[in-house]
Amino acid sequence: MSRLFIPVNAQDHAEGPDTAPVTLVEYGDYECPYCGEAYPVLKAVQRALGDRLRFVFRNFPISELHPDAVAAAEFAEAAAQAGKFWQAHDMLYERQNALKESDLFAYGEEIGLSPQVLHRAFGGAFDSKIEVDFSGGVRSGVNGTPTLFINGVRYDGPRDADSLIDALNQAARTAPVHA
Amino acid sequence: MSYDYPAAVLPAGTTAPSFALPATPDQTVALEELRGRPLILAFYPADWSPVCGDQMALYNQILPEFHKAGAQLVGISVDGVWCHAAFAADRKLHFPLLADFEPKGEVARRYGVYREQEGIADRALFVIDAEGVIRWSYVSPLGINPGADGILVALDKLAPALQGVQS
Repeated sequence: MSRLFIPVNAQDHAEGPDTAPVTLVEYGDYECPYCGEAYPVLKAVQRALGDRLRFVFRNFPISELHPDAVAAAEFAEAAAQAGKFWQAHDMLYERQNALKESDLFAYGEEIGLSPQVLHRAFGGAFDSKIEVDFSGGVRSGVNGTPTLFINGVRYDGPRDADSLIDALNQAARTAPVHA
Repeated sequence: MSYDYPAAVLPAGTTAPSFALPATPDQTVALEELRGRPLILAFYPADWSPVCGDQMALYNQILPEFHKAGAQLVGISVDGVWCHAAFAADRKLHFPLLADFEPKGEVARRYGVYREQEGIADRALFVIDAEGVIRWSYVSPLGINPGADGILVALDKLAPALQGVQS
């Protein structure tokens, strides 16, 4: 059974309370069509679980297949510095078919990221964070994108909303009470 | 041919059965040529599995991590060399795919990972040390890409032994 190698920590992008009984970690690639399919499903799952769920996104760009995935991840990390990670994350998945650098500069303008900041990002300013996510994912048994972990254990089940909500509810019921 | 095929996946401690398989229409790769460094042997059911994060594409992306551990990677399926060539070009793979094509699945049989009924190899992983001994093996459920965590743990365990050999 594959388990999360690096526990969820302060460097992570998380939505939902730290004390939530269940944490869902996604290793994702902004250009991956399967992650794009999962995006609205995970939103529905978050709505269904509410405060009982903490959702974490980690980078796993498969750049050999997806040439724009790394720049998109760099964009999101640059946004994170400005406290706008989730805004960027959502924007990238909602506009997955247009992730060229010129597109990203336009998106940056929309959410208030300066071209200077983005130039730094595309120059590799946040690549160490992306690489830490990636290699931690490899060590955790990430086997493609998206890969999901529920309370630290890789979830290999179906990725429709109902199945995920069931799995998360079950994990919430069996989770040890948070100290 | 009189070869005793193992009934199940070869376990750690077994000497890796030798093989020589085509990697391209005019190039053959033999196990003996791969000695001297740890080797990851990844059997898989078929080229062109219909998911984007498929196992070979994933390992291709992770190749630098395998190289950091001093290991080389070889994929094996029953697909022919031209199929492998097209697949490798499409997925931009930077490691060899060997064709266990004729006699079909012979090498998979020798490693105990051939699925007679479907006529394909299991999704099976072997980590073989520099001397040609299997140090870890694992068969994943066919539909589940095993990822690379198990491989890296097995390579970590080889690392001290490797340093011992070098010093």
